[in-house]
Amino acid sequence: MTSIGTGYDLSNSVFSPDGRNFQVEYATKAVENGGTSIGLRCKDGVVLAVEKLIQSKLLVPGSNKRIATVDRHVGIAASGLIPDARHFTSRARNEASSWRKQYHGAIPVSSLADRMGQYTQAYTLYSSVRPFGVTCIIGGVDEEAGPSLWMVEPSGVGWGYFGAATGRGRQAAKAELEKLDLPNLTVEEGVKHAARIIHIAHGDNAGKDKDFELEMTWVRVDKANVVEVTESGVVKGHGRHEEVPKELVEEAEREAKKALEVEDEEDEKMEES
Amino acid sequence: MNHLPEAWGRPRDDVYGAYDHSHLRPSMPNQHTQEPIVTGTSVVALKYNGGVVIAADNLASYGSLARFSNMERLKQVGTHTVVGASGDISDMQYLFDTALEDLVIKEEYQNDGHHLRAKHVYSYLSRVMYHRRNKFDPLWNVLLVAGWDDGKPFLASTDLLGTTFSAPALASGFGASLAVPLLRRVCPDEESVAKISRERAIEAVEECMKVLFYRDARSTNKYTMAIVSGEDNKVDIEWKKDVELQKQSWKFAEEIRGYGAQIV
Repeated sequence: MTSIGTGYDLSNSVFSPDGRNFQVEYATKAVENGGTSIGLRCKDGVVLAVEKLIQSKLLVPGSNKRIATVDRHVGIAASGLIPDARHFTSRARNEASSWRKQYHGAIPVSSLADRMGQYTQAYTLYSSVRPFGVTCIIGGVDEEAGPSLWMVEPSGVGWGYFGAATGRGRQAAKAELEKLDLPNLTVEEGVKHAARIIHIAHGDNAGKDKDFELEMTWVRVDKANVVEVTESGVVKGHGRHEEVPKELVEEAEREAKKALEVEDEEDEKMEES
Repeated sequence: MNHLPEAWGRPRDDVYGAYDHSHLRPSMPNQHTQEPIVTGTSVVALKYNGGVVIAADNLASYGSLARFSNMERLKQVGTHTVVGASGDISDMQYLFDTALEDLVIKEEYQNDGHHLRAKHVYSYLSRVMYHRRNKFDPLWNVLLVAGWDDGKPFLASTDLLGTTFSAPALASGFGASLAVPLLRRVCPDEESVAKISRERAIEAVEECMKVLFYRDARSTNKYTMAIVSGEDNKVDIEWKKDVELQKQSWKFAEEIRGYGAQIV
């Protein structure tokens, strides 16, 4: 970064003369070094998946989760500094819980994303704090909008997506997400694509020699809680965030690995000919 | 000019007279709940060899007025437990819709494969009840907690004082006097639970609901029943909603003075 040493990056909330906020940009860099997270908004639910790099073989498999349950119907996947993500989800849980106390109902995912965006943005304003070193993908299903997927960045900006990706493999993941017809996918199809995309994103990066665990959750509406199914098949109702069943994840991973091998073979043939 | 800031912008005492502060301050001490307002009557529950049967009618009374006739008073908490409440309906709604919902959602944060079992829900509820009684602001209910816990049927009660009590056959309210003796004929002690089948337990609870409807003036003929079973190590909760009492017989009424046709 050319502007290093100019002094405009020493304190939070200080602009450089060309209108940049360096502390926020550094926070974004921290996210870019974290394991990949993706989210898929399908027509009948949302899928969240993360590439969890194994820091040590001594860790218990399945520990140090990076996708958290915020309320029955909302989950958050995070890339970047894990402790920051913990604080972010803790705040999100408080927002969801206080919404329930005040309005006797589940918080709409858009409102939660909006509030979390405001909260994150406040951490770019004061010299006594630093910005969040995480980008969080918030996925859930509510009665009003049905499945919805939001991504909140360290700057506090938060947008709604059909497919979202962050972390070190985000470029490859985004390229793959763009190929999908997300509005018409079911969550079951979404799970397979998510597994494949995480494997592609992992292979595309510097950390590819490291082992990783695939962590995957979904938010779906139980049959009894469906409020409305629109003409295009979008299911609205009280969603439920839970881990994708083990068998499904294993099957999706098997297929993902197979698809990758086939791709590699084709690449080799191309090179030979 | 009055130099005290608190008097600024207020009507002048010398023109309008001193301000009557009694409008601001209540003349009575702060009162907590002294009596329940809208109430539900008995909850009845019985253990059997593979689980627990629990039932409560669907009436919420306002004094002696049958005010709401579709008020369900049983709630499933998590996967292993059903809670039934008699007494104040608004306190029940606080417990069911706010406190227990919050408890279950927060338990799911951990995502460690563990779930709240009946014993845990019961412990939580009895602590809340005792805490509120110590604040002299009790939740005016008697709660029955039915569920499957550690490979055994679970049934226990707590009340507005935070008293805890457990037995293989329990009933709250009017049912504590009328239903419990009937249930104890079927199930006198913990040992006899093993001999009671699911069908026998349902039949006994149905019979109690009928007797309660005959004799309890705050009851109705429509009720909700839940059967928590733990057969083959799989917990299952079967719901029977809006059940109407079957095969009523009011013959006994004829012989009772002040009940049905008068006999001098």
